[in-house]
Amino acid sequence: MKIIFKVNLQERTYDGDPFKRLLDVLREDFGLTGTKEGCGEGECGACTILLDGQPVNSCLIPVCQAEGRGVETVESLGLPEKLSSLQKAFLEEGGAQCGLCTPGMLLSAAAHLRSGGRTDERSIRQAIGGNLCRCTGYQHIVKSIRKAAKKPRRTKSGVCISVKQMLKRDRKQILKECSQKSTRCASRSSAV
Amino acid sequence: MGAVGTNAIRLEGAEKLCGRTKFIDDYTFEDCLYGVTLRAAIPYGRVKRISLDPNFPWDECTVVTAKDIPGKNFIAAIENDQPALVEENVLHPMQALLLVAHPSRQKAYEALGRIEVEYEELEPVLTIEDSLALKAVLREPDNVFKDVRIDKGDITSGFAAADVVVEGEYRLPHQEQAYIEPNGMAAWLEKDGALIAAGSMQCPYYVHKALLHVLGLPAEKVRVIQAATGGAFGGKEDYPSMLAAHAALLAWKSKRPVKVIYDRLEDMASTTKRHPALIRHRTGVTRDGRLSAQDIEVLFDGGAYSTMSPVVLTRGAIHASGAYACPNVRIRAKAVATNSPPNGAFRGFGVPQTMFAAELHMDRIAEALRMDPLELRRRNVLKEGSSTATGQVLRRSVGACDVLEACAKKGRYAKKVKECAAWNRKAKNATWRGAGLALAYHGGGFTGGGEDFYASRAGVALEADGAIRVLSASTEMGQGASTVFAQIAADALGVPFGWVSVQTPDTAKVPNSGPTVASRTTMIVGRLVERAARRLKAELEEASGRIPKTRPLWLKAARKFLAGRGRREIISQYERPPGIHWDDKACRGDAYGAFAYAAALVELEVDKTTYEVRVRKVVTAHEIGRAVHPLFAEGQIIGGIAQGLGYALCENAVYKRGVMQNPHFTDYIIPTALDVPPMEVLILEKPYDYGAFGSKGLGELPMDVPAPAAAAALRQATGKWFFDLPILPEKICKALHEDHI
Repeated sequence: MKIIFKVNLQERTYDGDPFKRLLDVLREDFGLTGTKEGCGEGECGACTILLDGQPVNSCLIPVCQAEGRGVETVESLGLPEKLSSLQKAFLEEGGAQCGLCTPGMLLSAAAHLRSGGRTDERSIRQAIGGNLCRCTGYQHIVKSIRKAAKKPRRTKSGVCISVKQMLKRDRKQILKECSQKSTRCASRSSAV
Repeated sequence: MGAVGTNAIRLEGAEKLCGRTKFIDDYTFEDCLYGVTLRAAIPYGRVKRISLDPNFPWDECTVVTAKDIPGKNFIAAIENDQPALVEENVLHPMQALLLVAHPSRQKAYEALGRIEVEYEELEPVLTIEDSLALKAVLREPDNVFKDVRIDKGDITSGFAAADVVVEGEYRLPHQEQAYIEPNGMAAWLEKDGALIAAGSMQCPYYVHKALLHVLGLPAEKVRVIQAATGGAFGGKEDYPSMLAAHAALLAWKSKRPVKVIYDRLEDMASTTKRHPALIRHRTGVTRDGRLSAQDIEVLFDGGAYSTMSPVVLTRGAIHASGAYACPNVRIRAKAVATNSPPNGAFRGFGVPQTMFAAELHMDRIAEALRMDPLELRRRNVLKEGSSTATGQVLRRSVGACDVLEACAKKGRYAKKVKECAAWNRKAKNATWRGAGLALAYHGGGFTGGGEDFYASRAGVALEADGAIRVLSASTEMGQGASTVFAQIAADALGVPFGWVSVQTPDTAKVPNSGPTVASRTTMIVGRLVERAARRLKAELEEASGRIPKTRPLWLKAARKFLAGRGRREIISQYERPPGIHWDDKACRGDAYGAFAYAAALVELEVDKTTYEVRVRKVVTAHEIGRAVHPLFAEGQIIGGIAQGLGYALCENAVYKRGVMQNPHFTDYIIPTALDVPPMEVLILEKPYDYGAFGSKGLGELPMDVPAPAAAAALRQATGKWFFDLPILPEKICKALHEDHI
């Protein structure tokens, strides 16, 4: 069975068992091994990806559910030589140790910040509450995300604004923009 | 400015953040088979017959049993008692009987369902008490893997001098390492007949040794490569040897690459855990709060085979008296056999168990004396010149008192205790609050003569192209070993951090610097890297004067120095620091080159309706000699404290007839971002002369303090003592209600 959907803005076609886990399709069929399996039952969040901008556990999603939708994986966030501000903050603040939970953690954080989520400590902890990490004790991850959130970000018009300022703008419009252009947002290296 | 002491950028960090780092399951091999394991369904007994369903296409599969082992059927460890595959006798329910490999993972699992095994079952031994009572003899003659006896002074006269005697019994459960990447290994044969194993591991040379025996191959025909390792915490110390043996046997028989990747359930159910323990204390103390005698009994459940138990027990026993100087100590410790999967290494290596008992016992003593627990600790704490239970006289770099005072001051201990008491007096409040303090010490490096025995080697190489590469078998598993080695080599050589790279551990390319365990990587192996780099610097200086400051000049100088030699490799070997003596038989002397010290203050509250515990804050001070990378050191401390809080409050491994009943993250609960409180970390430095740039071991230390501090805080909050971990809400509920029953 053919299933067509977008992965990191590129249209991809999968042909096979429609109930294969999206996680396995990404890793085995598309070679996107940045998405990790930690438990295979939706508890650890290592396999978190964004489906139409929403963080989901890709181990719980049969590939047929992705038909016609947009998937975003860690590979879209940045390149080692050109990291996004979120990745840079993780690098500087010790947000990644063994690196296994990191891709999922980054995507949960990105989804939270893009949707204009609050950046106080408690809200950040809630946003990554579904992503287990056994190395860091989370504190450096929370610090990394808050640091990235504080960094001024460029809008379409090229004006630098902070997350706080962004929140003051018409919330509806941002949400609309985010859901429509979440994938494009991600490919821009200066964005989260 | 040097790199040591700065927060250098993690070498492999950018790759990890882009999802490009390759863990073993991220590699694909042409013509690959997936290996799966058939495990015993009984805790104790004999295999009578294994039959394969004739209606299954077995010709598509590779099946391996003990009969197919070309070498010897054991996994090399301290003792070689654990078979790679069961021949006849089953000693625990997760023991591997048979391996199947198939091009499709799903088909391989299907094949397992088509195998029938007939057993003759025997009555299993499942507890420490039953093992000691010799309900069945699992190991000749007395079920004891190791017996440790430590004596200092004379406890009879110590108890005679005591005004008060306090007794207590403490029970500790299994704990799962819960690295997020499950264990996995791949193996394949090269054209020249050499076998290569690659996977997630802490100790490449342990795996190498195990494969030599199982395959009966010479050393040069086996090569072990570490793939990126997604957390380990001790859980990838000895089990990868078993897993590699399984993958290698399947590859050997099928002549194809084989991947064996455990899923979470198989990983949690089958691999090693922290040893459950039963610890008894009897302590004599004078009215003014001086310890006069400590009589301690330590019992560890080793599981079915010896594996790491003898050394886990020894370390646990040596630390059992706590970071205190008591003149008369008797410690009796045993690790015993039961019909459960072998327990093994987990961050702390026996010490979190014995330290929990020692520290909570101090709180009970303080209460018996009506003395402030901080004051009681102050009066007995180890200082320069003090001697430990093994008679080790601490001379330099003794930070016990410093961490205790720093932590109490920063956490405003006395004020916190008062505030909690005032809070608890208000009946209107929905919670009870408490604050608890604990102190610990942890020896860095192998116990006793271990470092001498291993004589580890590590070094640096100057490559033909001018690159500087650190060579060691110590694995990067998230703790930052690679970055720290590059910092050490850069400073010892006097070059910028960015010029140094680190070779991924591969037994064909790096010397044996021992396992990545025992908080020894920075302190011991880092020291070897430092010494080698200093020698390289001296050689370079001799050849061309000063070490060049710019890259072009460096390349020119390197070319001139190498003068067509290809490369220059300098390897240094462990040398025992002067003045260290250890008597293994008597368990006397200098157990470790140096100890590191930690104190923690845990503040928590208990919901009066649900008995849910919320940790509000942790303040901790760690004295670690020198923080080579302060940010990573802090990361180790916060991560270790989080694991310790899990051990104390939520991680509950349930066993039934030797089988873990909750091998999932759904019901084995590890702390999430919402469970871990904000932490304040103080790092103190009292350099140790024989550690790299003054460093001492850190990795395990943070694990030792949170559990006893949390239990002490719960005493204040609820008025109840909790001597068994984990302290779940239902346990608190029961304790508070038993008064009314």
